[in-house]
Amino acid sequence: MEPLLSVRNLTTMFTSGRRAARAVDGVDLDIFSGETLALVGESGSGKSVTSLSILRLIPDPPGKIVAGEIRFEGRDLLSLSEREMNRIRGRRIAMIFQEPMTALNPVFTIGEQLVEAVRVHRSMRRSEAERLAATWLERVGIGRPEAMLRAYPHQLSGGQRQRVMIAMAMINEPALLIADEPTTALDVTIQAQILDLMRELKRRTNTALLLITHDLGVVAEMADRVAVMYAGQIVEEAPAERLFDDPRHPYTRGLIRSMPRLDDDRPRLEPIPGTVPPAHAFPPGCRFAPRCPFRTEACAAMPALRPFGRPEDGHRVRCHLAETLPVEPAAAASNG
Amino acid sequence: MPHPLPAAVVAEKNAASPLLEVENVKKYFPIRGGLFRRPAGAIRAVDGVSFTLRAGETFGLVGESGSGKSTLGRLIVRLHDPTDGTIRFRGADIGRLKPAQFRPYRKHIQMIFQDPYASLNPRMTVGALIEEPLMLHTDLGKKERRDEVRRLLAIVGLPPDAANRYPHEFSGGQRQRIGIARAISIRPSLVIADEPVSALDVSIQAQIINLMMDLQEAFGLTYLFIAHDLSVVKHISDRVGVLYLGHLVELADKKSLFTDPLHPYTQALLAAVPVPDPKRRRERILLSGEIPSAVRPPSGCVFHPRCPKAMDVCRSVRPPLREVGPGHAVACHLLDVQRASNTA
Repeated sequence: MEPLLSVRNLTTMFTSGRRAARAVDGVDLDIFSGETLALVGESGSGKSVTSLSILRLIPDPPGKIVAGEIRFEGRDLLSLSEREMNRIRGRRIAMIFQEPMTALNPVFTIGEQLVEAVRVHRSMRRSEAERLAATWLERVGIGRPEAMLRAYPHQLSGGQRQRVMIAMAMINEPALLIADEPTTALDVTIQAQILDLMRELKRRTNTALLLITHDLGVVAEMADRVAVMYAGQIVEEAPAERLFDDPRHPYTRGLIRSMPRLDDDRPRLEPIPGTVPPAHAFPPGCRFAPRCPFRTEACAAMPALRPFGRPEDGHRVRCHLAETLPVEPAAAASNG
Repeated sequence: MPHPLPAAVVAEKNAASPLLEVENVKKYFPIRGGLFRRPAGAIRAVDGVSFTLRAGETFGLVGESGSGKSTLGRLIVRLHDPTDGTIRFRGADIGRLKPAQFRPYRKHIQMIFQDPYASLNPRMTVGALIEEPLMLHTDLGKKERRDEVRRLLAIVGLPPDAANRYPHEFSGGQRQRIGIARAISIRPSLVIADEPVSALDVSIQAQIINLMMDLQEAFGLTYLFIAHDLSVVKHISDRVGVLYLGHLVELADKKSLFTDPLHPYTQALLAAVPVPDPKRRRERILLSGEIPSAVRPPSGCVFHPRCPKAMDVCRSVRPPLREVGPGHAVACHLLDVQRASNTA
């Protein structure tokens, strides 16, 4: 099966003064129709820059996509004109953000913005677009949608704004939805509602979801496949169950072990020592080596992202030691 | 009249008494509106909360936005005046002290903030920042203070040369270490930590949590740990209080609260936390609706509009916080129903 989106060797640089930084450095990704791929990483990993690069929303300057190919529905997005790109954004690929107010215009009503989102891309009568808007508000769980159409963004709660933003993103039934930390700013009970809503909408529409998050709990709940980013590169990629069962990159292991969780009683957390290096000072060789408890001399050379196990398992790891790493003791006490 | 410093004396006298007692504390923020900015109601941020802190323990205070958890922390360090109720530190009523009167207590009650950067003066070196509380609250001479700063840097895991650098040169986790060094520099007995790790990446979060646990052991600190993240609270706390819309709805030791939550809100909150295990994906009890406004809180039990088990009585009568087992208290009418059915 042909992937819906296929990213190859994506490299995005930022320059400030004489400093140049490869925020994203040679990223390869495939997303298939209807699947959820989680892109996981801490701040500075390049996960958000990757998603903005896909939509060609990197501010230039200071940013620039310097290499790579982004194939989506058979076309290379990097070769399209801005006009052609505008026909894809919001129509075939939509995006939602952590803070909905960045996507909602404070001076227009919710109804005006939803209708606009439809009519920019489709020739549809206003009344028809309004009906569609009301339908989508209902689908995202907003009671009394007619009243909501006349409301302004500031009159909504955080959870409602997130629902409206999802409605706006989904109203044109895009093939791909990119969600960048969509629930990070929300309370946990509201987060549960929004994650549930996103799952439900995906079931109905077969939209593929690129979910960008730092939260491994959210990943485990939502993702079919997971790609872990560190210092601008993908360091591990696998189907979700496999990634949590048998993480093969020391960074992935570190992430899983460092997080406190409700289902474990370890007296002490196991943090990853040190800090994420800034993009202008990535270390040579393996970028995780300075923080890695397993590092050897081999790590002075940059490891490639290569298959682990059988290729059909879809497990790829960027580590010289992937095969020799000891088996993780019972997934960090999660079976207690 | 300046209040006498009660620390050592009172502590000895009341060795068994709690370090901090919060009793029926309320904080209403007036809302003014209209042309003449007349009072037009109030936000009931904290609405009658009581709990105690025992010396040496970590008490976790969890709640979602609008629960009043941060306001409670700020009331204890006297950044707010309570509208009603009493706050006692080692038996002394500190709730209404003026800044000058509170000063002797400041040495004993310190705060760690979510965003250390916002609380660190960017024009001061890290050394000067850590030295500042020592100047205000101790008699140490210049050289002794410098030595102490070096020692503190080592204790919180920062290199000695950090003293000559500025806060912006440090990462978020390192800045939190600076904030912690400042807070513990004058050996407080109580530390109020308001979301101290929520702005940090996971791998760094764990470093700071471990550091806080080590410091507690080394210095006998008592923590009031305020956070929205239940996994973090579970990890660090001995006892936990759950706040909802300005009310404490459940209070228990960690084990009881996480294995046997009794309040429907606590149950829903725990169920909402995503578990990092794809094999345990499950259909959850979804809590419908959102947290209501604290300006017009619901009648009766404040949780009733979202409660899957609400009964008639919940709409009209506010359930008091009652002890249901050793150290386990809940504010919920369902307990009466269960008791009635147990005795029937």
